[in-house]
Amino acid sequence: MHPAPSIVLFTSASGTGYGLLFLLGLFGPLGLLPADRWLGIVAVALSLGLVSLGLLASTFHLGHPERAWRALSQWRSSWLSREGLAALATYLPALVFAFGWIVQESFAGGWTVAGLLAAAGAAATVYCTAMIYASLKPVRQWCHPLVVPIYLAFALAGGALWLSALAAVRGLGNSSSPAVALVLVLLAWGLKVLFWRRVDRAAPTRDTAAATGLGAFGTTRLLDPPHTEENYLLREMGFQVARRNAARLRRLALLFGAALPAALLLLCLVTHGWLAAAAGLLAASLGSLGIVVERWLFFAEARHSVTLYYGAALV
Amino acid sequence: MTSLPRTAPEKRLGLVIDLDTCVGCHACVVSCKEWNTGGYPAPLSDLDPYGPTPTGAWLNRVHAYEAGDGAAGRTVYFPKSCLHCADAACVTVCPTGASYKREADGIVLVEEDKCIGCGLCAWACPYGAREMDPVDHVMKKCTLCVDRIYNDNIPAEERQPACVNACPTRARHFGDLADSESEVSRLVAGRGGYDLMPELGYGPTNKYLPPRTGAAAARPAGPVEALAPTAPGDGFFAWLDRVLAG
Repeated sequence: MHPAPSIVLFTSASGTGYGLLFLLGLFGPLGLLPADRWLGIVAVALSLGLVSLGLLASTFHLGHPERAWRALSQWRSSWLSREGLAALATYLPALVFAFGWIVQESFAGGWTVAGLLAAAGAAATVYCTAMIYASLKPVRQWCHPLVVPIYLAFALAGGALWLSALAAVRGLGNSSSPAVALVLVLLAWGLKVLFWRRVDRAAPTRDTAAATGLGAFGTTRLLDPPHTEENYLLREMGFQVARRNAARLRRLALLFGAALPAALLLLCLVTHGWLAAAAGLLAASLGSLGIVVERWLFFAEARHSVTLYYGAALV
Repeated sequence: MTSLPRTAPEKRLGLVIDLDTCVGCHACVVSCKEWNTGGYPAPLSDLDPYGPTPTGAWLNRVHAYEAGDGAAGRTVYFPKSCLHCADAACVTVCPTGASYKREADGIVLVEEDKCIGCGLCAWACPYGAREMDPVDHVMKKCTLCVDRIYNDNIPAEERQPACVNACPTRARHFGDLADSESEVSRLVAGRGGYDLMPELGYGPTNKYLPPRTGAAAARPAGPVEALAPTAPGDGFFAWLDRVLAG
């Protein structure tokens, strides 16, 4: 599948933003975060900024962005529509929660409810995003039970990385957030490695004979494509990243997304002051880069069944 | 409304495509483009149509496959357009309500004024039936020539999809596949018509009739003997051959 930059940016940025929002909305009311105005301003701005940037980016690939409001209408059947509704609905409790934190410097009472609602909305939105892909049967690598847990885990890991960076910058010395981030980063990448092993090992389910129903005659090969030039289907769904490059990118993603951030988070745990802040910020930046590469691979490595009609041997 | 009709449509209009008789002439492809660039989904745009890299939206395409090996192998021309599935995921994934399946006859259509061009329906289609218009930026697909088949302004015998009218070998048949007595249903029953990728569960309406196996069996097996370099016997040409061969 074609890894459109707007969709890669959207899913990774908004995922991280919602992950951060989830942790803020949960940790604030649980008393794991100080009701500190400056932390509130930066954390909420970062989380809603990433979310809004992602949502804006998602409209870039639309043929008619001016009609995007129509996408809120079909929540009965469409995960994309549900995602749009959940995304918009989450702004309301998130802004109320932000008001309580930043203006009132409080997580108590009604602000608790707002925080928990914002966390629930964030989780629901990422779940809907994941279901858009997990419900597409023509793509074997997407219609997989690990896709939803992976989307949720990466959103949480990205959010936790930035939360621990902000806590370190703010000098919250006794913060446990680097430990939380470390666990979530390892969980997300652990799930991803498991996913890669499973989809690599599972034999491709279909060949051209199965797609055309001509298997009774023997091996089926494309003799002539229906047209001489590329078409929309090939541009959109015929994208293939070379296996060798994919393997190399996977290793780079693991290095930048998991190994280096994990080491930096450990450093962040045992140090304080500017060193902890620098380690936290670097861990979050590298971790986010790793998530972008992971998301790019999620698209680039996915094979659509339509390519079987255009000469792909196996999908 | 992108929910599918609650009850199965009374009619299931669709195509039955005979892979035995299709000769891959692309007349159906061209007539489809010709009708539809002026019909319901008009325009059906192309970019750089006369230049070195033409590309555009087409609703029907003919692939050519080689099935089997050696003397038993054959070339199969394989036209493919929207299969108007019973469980059309392209409809249910649509976030705007632009994609819909008609309750009356099961035809899957796009209401282009509502389409935001997100492309999700094309991802959801395992068969590659939907293509984005490069100029309109909305999704285009086979309409089963909905503007022909119910059109009182054209002669009754032409009220079928343009591709069916155009086919010179009668490899394409149009009709109601919900009616077991219809001509298309009898063809499917008689020739073992099949669904594409039935295991995905989309329930395509269009059916494919497999190539007949008899012709291949009648063909001589083994390598064909090379043509003799000289004409056989004692006739004039044999003599001429010998003289020329010197």
